Amino acid sequence: MAKYIIEVRKNWCKSCGICIDFCPKGVLGFDTEGKAAVLDLESCTGCMMCEYRCPDYAIKVEGSESNEAAS
Amino acid sequence: MAVHVQDYLRMHKMPHIWCPGCGTGIALGAVVRAIHNVGYSRDEVIVITGIGCSARTNAIIDFNTFQTTHGRALSFATGFKLTRPEMKVVVITGDGDGAGIGGNHLIHTCRRNIDITTILINNSIYGMTGGQYSPLTPRGSYATTAPYGTVEPSFDICKLAEGAGATYVGRATAYHVTLLEQLVTKALKHEGFSLVEAITQCPIGYGRRNKMKSPTEMLKWQREHAVNVKAAAGMSPEQLEGKFLIGEFVNKTAPEYTKLYQKLIEDAQSKGAK
Ligand SMILES: Cc1ncc(C[n+]2csc(CCOP(=O)(O)OP(=O)(O)O)c2C)c(N)n1
Ligand code: SF4
Ligand SMILES: [Mg+2]
Repeated sequence: MAKYIIEVRKNWCKSCGICIDFCPKGVLGFDTEGKAAVLDLESCTGCMMCEYRCPDYAIKVEGSESNEAAS
Repeated sequence: MAVHVQDYLRMHKMPHIWCPGCGTGIALGAVVRAIHNVGYSRDEVIVITGIGCSARTNAIIDFNTFQTTHGRALSFATGFKLTRPEMKVVVITGDGDGAGIGGNHLIHTCRRNIDITTILINNSIYGMTGGQYSPLTPRGSYATTAPYGTVEPSFDICKLAEGAGATYVGRATAYHVTLLEQLVTKALKHEGFSLVEAITQCPIGYGRRNKMKSPTEMLKWQREHAVNVKAAAGMSPEQLEGKFLIGEFVNKTAPEYTKLYQKLIEDAQSKGAK
């Protein structure tokens, strides 16, 4: 089972593609409506970069301790 | 438990007004996590802004917030901090707001070393009004007011703040978002005036006119042109040509303004002043 849960709020996503382009593991992609979607959750390492770089706060990665490490 | 910016948002204000791929939201996210890291409660923080896309940050975050007039956030913040020194005062400003119309306020707030944490969101342009060049627009860039490219040199706002007396100064980018969070965290803990410059992308007002077609391209530009000040120490001027520095530039102590003012009041009162 995947270690992390990624939630995308589709109604906040503005389809900029930043999360897709900078995910080091290719976890995200566009859905048929051009919104961010989780395509390969198993590969997620919980680095949080999609959540941190999403300008629209549309992504939430649950189950990662990265935040604590940064503080 | 991990913090999410969503936990600090005014949900009824979402989705926000910024264009797709705008770096303003990325910078604000780092600021919100930094405030959370330091452990301040929502009620002891006030976020004061001026006017611009960068100033709209305080519409969506659930702290005490106050949007002032263009360029005057630091002046309002100075007055507020003097009357409520126990509050944690954060100012979010833009390159136009903070370095252009508010540049004079900025230098004098640096000079006083008042305990205010300022985040200057530098997207190289007046975003909200449609793309006029600012004092931080790189020379040669195109803007609505510079259709053939601007001939003016730009300020290094971090050097300017240092020269004017700021006691904590640093710079990061939207790409280097974790560094940005770290610098803002340290700036919040710092006693005295702190300025953190966040280089961000304005794909609509700046990128489109300057051969950067997408937000991703602009973030890659940040990645490729930023050099950490620690790494720069070992690099030659040729290697640093065309690059800009990120990291912590200034971290020093000096007497803080509200404390000096309080002491002045106490001394005067002990001598009979009312
Ligand atoms: C006194 C005054 N002059 C001019 C304006 C118009 N105005 C609104 S936002 C802005 C520029 C903001 O630029 P910046 O601070 O870089 O913010 P950005 O939108 O790029 O985040 C200007 C000139 C104003 N609102 N008030
Ligand atoms: S104009 Fe620029 S700074 Fe303003 S919301 Fe759009 S992309 Fe962001
Ligand atoms: Mg600007």
